[in-house]
Amino acid sequence: MNDTTTLPNSLRAQPDDRGHFGQFGGRFVSETLMPLILDLEREYRAAKQDPAFKAEFDELMRDFVGRPSPLYYAERLTEHYRAKAPAGKGPKIYFKREELNHTGAHKINNCIGQILLARRMGKTRIIAETGAGQHGVATATVAARFGLPCTIFMGAKDVERQKPNVFRMKLLGAEVHPVTSGAQTLKDAMNEALRDWVATVHNTFYIIGTVAGPHPYPELVRDFQSVIGNEAREQILEREGRLPDLLIAAVGGGSNAIGLFHPFLDDPEVAMTGVEAAGHGVETGQHAASLNGGLPGILHGNRTYLLQDEDGQITEAHSISAGLDYPGIGPEHSWLHDIGRVQYLPVTDAEALDAFQLCCKLEGIIPALESAHALAALETKALEMDEDRIIVVNVSGRGDKDIFTVADALGVAI
Amino acid sequence: MVSAPTVTGHAAMTDRIALAFARARSEGRAALVTFVTAGDPSIAATLDVLSALVEGGADVVELGMPFTDPMADGPAIQAANLRSLANGTTTAAIFQIARWFCERYPHVPLVLMGYANPMLRRGAEWFANQAASTGVSGVICVDLPPEEDDQLGPALRERGVHLIRLATPTTDAARLPAVLDGASGFLYYVSVAGITGLQQAAQASIEDAVARLKAATDLPVAVGFGIRSPDQAAAVGRVADGVVVGSAIVDLVARHGADAPAQVRTYIQSLSAALAAARKGVHA
Repeated sequence: MNDTTTLPNSLRAQPDDRGHFGQFGGRFVSETLMPLILDLEREYRAAKQDPAFKAEFDELMRDFVGRPSPLYYAERLTEHYRAKAPAGKGPKIYFKREELNHTGAHKINNCIGQILLARRMGKTRIIAETGAGQHGVATATVAARFGLPCTIFMGAKDVERQKPNVFRMKLLGAEVHPVTSGAQTLKDAMNEALRDWVATVHNTFYIIGTVAGPHPYPELVRDFQSVIGNEAREQILEREGRLPDLLIAAVGGGSNAIGLFHPFLDDPEVAMTGVEAAGHGVETGQHAASLNGGLPGILHGNRTYLLQDEDGQITEAHSISAGLDYPGIGPEHSWLHDIGRVQYLPVTDAEALDAFQLCCKLEGIIPALESAHALAALETKALEMDEDRIIVVNVSGRGDKDIFTVADALGVAI
Repeated sequence: MVSAPTVTGHAAMTDRIALAFARARSEGRAALVTFVTAGDPSIAATLDVLSALVEGGADVVELGMPFTDPMADGPAIQAANLRSLANGTTTAAIFQIARWFCERYPHVPLVLMGYANPMLRRGAEWFANQAASTGVSGVICVDLPPEEDDQLGPALRERGVHLIRLATPTTDAARLPAVLDGASGFLYYVSVAGITGLQQAAQASIEDAVARLKAATDLPVAVGFGIRSPDQAAAVGRVADGVVVGSAIVDLVARHGADAPAQVRTYIQSLSAALAAARKGVHA
């Protein structure tokens, strides 16, 4: 690929100065938003160079979010797979415990970074999109913490499906705006947030929840989330004296995955698996696996793999996990997929549900359904790797929010 | 029917957009630029609505390409996009409509307006070939800023199709040269920082903006967003080279369905008359 030959020494130097990761990324927004996008980029470059910005970010990460999150040896899950695996197989499994963060997921890492940028830019109002409500809750949390009014755009269907998170956002002082256009889910919430933003650019900061959207969002969200991988790297070196052999993370937009992967991209001995939501199965067409079942296109400000038809109309995604139920993926993942640095594996709703229950029973941890997709990849990976190998799985969020969905899927009335 | 225009000056004789604006200028009025969504409420109805636009006096016609995710559009055009897609409007059907229009009304420039993904789905070359061979004069790609021009601009320009640029209230003096670099056809001034079809900008801010843009470019400047009434059109038409009306027409189509063409024709006539009188009558 041209992309790697222009930067032969590092896979961590993307995007280029136009926000492109190879053929992906970019700034596909209306002219009204372009000046703001350029301002944001300038402000982000300045913030990166500013020790005071980093100090404030680090302090909030420690005292407000509760970082560093532990790297936890999942002993019983390791034993489970060793018992199932052929002799000599069954690697050590570690969890990066992002579910222990304040608000229960990795989302808060990015929200802290972006609200500090919003303050630097003098913006006085916050907006965000949300699907399951995790990013909405995290955004409402930082808006409350900094005393900024906040409007969360959420598909009307998701408002109905995720009532506890809607109430959490309201408790935190956010206005929740149900979006009735389109399919009334995450993609439509993002459209509506963009429509709000284009009319309010003078005072409003849009906290995008994942490594997608126009440049510089994929870059800055990745950088804020890289705290996950930077910590994991330090922690595994301390525990094991070496780097892991495989990293596994679920990919919707892909922010928890890129956060774990990015600090390791230049370590060729570290393999990486991103897990896409295959819903009822990629072959059924009812899935959210943009890389395994989509094609490159342009949506929400960036060029990336998308679920779309032959005329470029975006098709509906499906996943049991609301957080993965999006027809696109962050552009850096599209690039990492095309150059082959990261393997992207589809996992179905049913496989994720099995992994969800296994993790509850063996480790005493209720994972988010998103994270359960990552755990499901262990069913193949943990059986084929040698027992002296090490896997780190990103447990990106806790599953309390998902118990109603899981009960429903298991046919249990609660 | 539209008669062949007489044009003075150096506008290329094949450039229908330049001719349309020149004709309006020679008649002492702003050009009327009108928008409808292709396939709303049906492909057959779109043909009748397009005829009504021309018969009512439209100088330039923008044909909206429906998209599932029209994030720069307000409720009226969003709904039109969904109605059109629900009717099964394909890219092939849009080009069929365009071909019919360009053959029937060879002097009225047709501009395709839409979002990048449907335009680029089969590649820029494919789209540009289709546009050029169909007779399309220009393309407005809402989510393709100058920074991403190379995705589509060169392919269109090589084939003589204009990629029409947009300027907005947020396009400041420092940025304007980037917007104008490579701009052709006309410059579309989006007078409101917002989505289509809602509020109209204050007249004074439109006047300031048009003056600023005209000082920076020789291209005709057409002003759009939120213009509905003949009075609003006339006020804008006193200062701008063109007046763009979209959501108001789309609303008529939504409200009147199969009966829309007659309503649209009457409405467009009222706008044309207002523009024709705007620079002659009493100044507001």
